[in-house]
Amino acid sequence: MNPLLLIIVPLIGAALAALWPTDRTRPWFLPGVGLIHVGLTFWLFLHPPVVAADAWLAFDPLARAVLPAVSLLFLICAAYGVSYLRIRSERPNRVFVASLLAVLGLLSAGHQARHLGLLWITTEAVTLAAVPLLHFNSTPRAFEATWKYLLVGGTGIALSLLGSFCLGYASLHGGGVGDLTFTALTAQGAGLSRPWVLTAWVLLLVGYGTKMGLAPMHTWKPDAYGEAPGIVGAILAGGVTTVAFTALLRVRSVVAASGAGPIADRTLLVIGLFSMLIAALFLLGTRDFKRMLAYSSVEHMGILCVGAALGAAGAAAALFHVWSNSLTKASLFLSAGNMRRAAGSASMDDVRGMTVLTPRSAALFVTGMFAVTACPPFGPFFSELQVVRASLGSGHGVTTTLFLACLLLAFFGLTRVVFGIVDGRPRPAAQANSKKFIETLGVVAPPALLLGLSVWIGLFTPAVLRASWLAAVAQLFPTP
Amino acid sequence: MSGTLNLVIGLAMGLNLIALGSSRLPMLIRAMSVQGVLLGVMPLLMESERLDWRIVLVALATMAGKGVLIPGLLRRAMRAANIEREIEPFIGFVPSLLLGALGTITAVALARALPLLPEHAGTLLVPGSLAAILTGFILLIGRTKAISQVCGYLILENGIYLFGLVLIHSTPLLVESGILLDVTVGVFIIGIIVDRIQRAFDSLDTRKLTTLRE
Repeated sequence: MNPLLLIIVPLIGAALAALWPTDRTRPWFLPGVGLIHVGLTFWLFLHPPVVAADAWLAFDPLARAVLPAVSLLFLICAAYGVSYLRIRSERPNRVFVASLLAVLGLLSAGHQARHLGLLWITTEAVTLAAVPLLHFNSTPRAFEATWKYLLVGGTGIALSLLGSFCLGYASLHGGGVGDLTFTALTAQGAGLSRPWVLTAWVLLLVGYGTKMGLAPMHTWKPDAYGEAPGIVGAILAGGVTTVAFTALLRVRSVVAASGAGPIADRTLLVIGLFSMLIAALFLLGTRDFKRMLAYSSVEHMGILCVGAALGAAGAAAALFHVWSNSLTKASLFLSAGNMRRAAGSASMDDVRGMTVLTPRSAALFVTGMFAVTACPPFGPFFSELQVVRASLGSGHGVTTTLFLACLLLAFFGLTRVVFGIVDGRPRPAAQANSKKFIETLGVVAPPALLLGLSVWIGLFTPAVLRASWLAAVAQLFPTP
Repeated sequence: MSGTLNLVIGLAMGLNLIALGSSRLPMLIRAMSVQGVLLGVMPLLMESERLDWRIVLVALATMAGKGVLIPGLLRRAMRAANIEREIEPFIGFVPSLLLGALGTITAVALARALPLLPEHAGTLLVPGSLAAILTGFILLIGRTKAISQVCGYLILENGIYLFGLVLIHSTPLLVESGILLDVTVGVFIIGIIVDRIQRAFDSLDTRKLTTLRE
């Protein structure tokens, strides 16, 4: 079967959704396409195709290790989307549904891109396709957030293009013929011109790091996640950031092949720990529970980078963490979206007593909070434990200490906000507003299912999934 | 051949300074669009001996996109938003010009320090690209109107395009056209958002976008 279907099916779905006549039935495109996509992805996952070395797009081990998580996440969010768009029937959803499906198609392309230029084009296209999702609410605040996203994200993506050109020039300068597939670049290895490789690495780290939301390039994230609907936050935090992370992994393996691996690892480690620290500090200060989720996402991107910097064992842990973080964080975004809708605000100053107003969402939110702060038996506990073990195993004592200290600080910050909004007596304004919001099965079951998956991935990680992460690591860290 | 190319790049570098010094928005947009046309000419000059239809196509698309389409979109946004034509800077015009000039000198010096292939060492491609990137950053940071910031972003993008020209022999043009397409779509979306910001805030002054912060 052709992996290109993963890209084509959602894009056709997007086109059909854009042409579909009524707003009422259009949202069903989301779970429909999502279901086909999950079916195709898991079929490919179980029957991995043979990858041609010079293929520009392929379901290679790295795509196999990550793309199913994105696909699964999309399907569950899509099921939520049907109920969500029914609640928001006052807003036209033509552009929203079409953009969401386009994002899925482009994410599938980005994860499978094995060519430096193609990777850039797909990442840029995902960035652009996500813009209409961010200002779905059409409030001035949403436009402000969109503007910042476009400007910061656009600059980041421009720098990653410059970085891609520098890496291309490194190949040309080293006598390459200008084949920019990752296979060819890795094969050229030490033949790449070292100064250009290092320039490229810095630019690509900043560029794709902006897309991922690593500190200090994370500034768009709280605004965007704070103002976008919960479902968009879930897909951005679980899918779009993942594509930037796999891009960095692919570039890192080229840099490592050229002999600058230790430098790349050190920068990844520093930027990862810095992101965790900044996120933890902002978590202690923020008063908005949707912005809180954005900082938590910055923290988890930091964890991914720390993992990727710790060699093969760490990278496998990071891929595990991609799964556990995507599923858990999405559950938090969806339940936070419910509470935001019911309370009419996302600030701790106006919102409290959510256990009274939305008991189910509040329970899911609290459970999700424990999951994302790495309490057992949820996925993040096991994946972060693996990162810590990789870190201790490679003799990074200071890193481990800092890592655990940041996790503790983030735990304080998250509990402060979460219990601030679920406890106490609801404000009268929120109470009146919450009458309009009913916790139907459609908006409660998806986050609950995501939490269930988070437990499952932690306690009962399937052997085939573990093997797929190891296969991806073998692709990224070839043993000579 | 290299002489003509350097002349064109020199002109593009001069346009950077015009963009930095211009106090009126239409002038800034014009400087950017002329720079776009110059960028479109460059691949034709570089490949004048072995011209094929793909290079001509990319050159034409660049000229049409960067020289006509994108500036047209920005002019329309400017008219629709009915904004004042004066640019209010964070960083004044003289300081921006001085920064720009300093940036240009640094770019030339930096490009000398970088290891370049002999066929690129004699051209101004790399210094020109670095100078445009710096100019773009100065405009992005130093201007307050959304449209001037977009112009800054596009000049930054022009600089990157200029760098991309050193790879013209080796990268397949598919990639270049994809990049061009993305940039055009990006500006189109930016135009829509600019319009919405204008309606929501009744202004395009990005200093008013300060609701979202810690």
